Amino acid sequence: MEGITIEGTPKTPTINFDIATGHLEIKGRSIPENSIEFYKPIVELLDRYAAKPQANTNVKIQLEYFNTSSSKCILDIFKKLEAIHKAGNATIINWHYEQDDEDMLEAGEDYQAIIAVPFKMIEEAD
Amino acid sequence: MVDIYDFYDKMERNNIMLSFKGDITAELLTSILQIMESKLDTMQEQPKTKKKVYNVLVECLQNLYHHMDEIPRSLNGISITTGTGENIRSAIFMIGKMDNEYNIVTGNYILSKNVEVLQTRLDEINKLSKEELKDYYKAVLNNGQMSAKGGGGLGMIDIARKTGQKLKYNFMPIDDMYSFFSLNIKITPQ
Repeated sequence: MEGITIEGTPKTPTINFDIATGHLEIKGRSIPENSIEFYKPIVELLDRYAAKPQANTNVKIQLEYFNTSSSKCILDIFKKLEAIHKAGNATIINWHYEQDDEDMLEAGEDYQAIIAVPFKMIEEAD
Repeated sequence: MVDIYDFYDKMERNNIMLSFKGDITAELLTSILQIMESKLDTMQEQPKTKKKVYNVLVECLQNLYHHMDEIPRSLNGISITTGTGENIRSAIFMIGKMDNEYNIVTGNYILSKNVEVLQTRLDEINKLSKEELKDYYKAVLNNGQMSAKGGGGLGMIDIARKTGQKLKYNFMPIDDMYSFFSLNIKITPQ
């Protein structure tokens, strides 16, 4: 099983998932018209990873913008992580947001309320 | 021939930053967003205002992209000559800034038989308080299904949440089959 690296574009984020270390990073902006298609490879890989995860899965989400279509796919990813966490593997979601970006902080809190995985809200200074 | 000065004058008086009429394609959407992003940078808006405007703009434009109904070439005495094929997609979009307030206006055709469903949805959203909108968003996010068009039914809720204002809309009947739906979104920087 191999990890995944997707280069960012003006409409889609950079994604790095190193399955050997359990590090998943999603960074940039996520505003594609068709987000299901974009997120499909990472959701599928997480499914396979969940069968034999690392002792620690560390997730970093650092999004500048995301549209509502992406928000459902991000939830799908978090649900896979929730399953990994429930199976007894340490999992943490680090939700980064820029200073004063209350909308992005609130978006993180929405997920935190839905998903039973420890969240850490991290404010980035300008 | 159109009176171009009349057009210009109206746009100037309303401080229109960008307007477009025609089919909203994925490529066009990318271009509009790039133009608006550089305009917002030039205006030296606060980062959080810039982000809010940009986010709401994305939802408004993607709503048009996913949901505008095709119309026949001849409608309401207008014969549309752009595009190809028997049916065409056409919408209008404008963004302006007046008295420190951003205005986004969109207009698109909708099948009249779908008006009631959309109107009910918008009225439901407009009834909700800030906290209720947050709960409703989470409920739709968690339980809602993704539609075939790729929308998740979250767009309008998200716009209402981010702007903190009621969705101002209008449906104008065009003929026995089609209506024109317009949406006026205001964003007031805090």
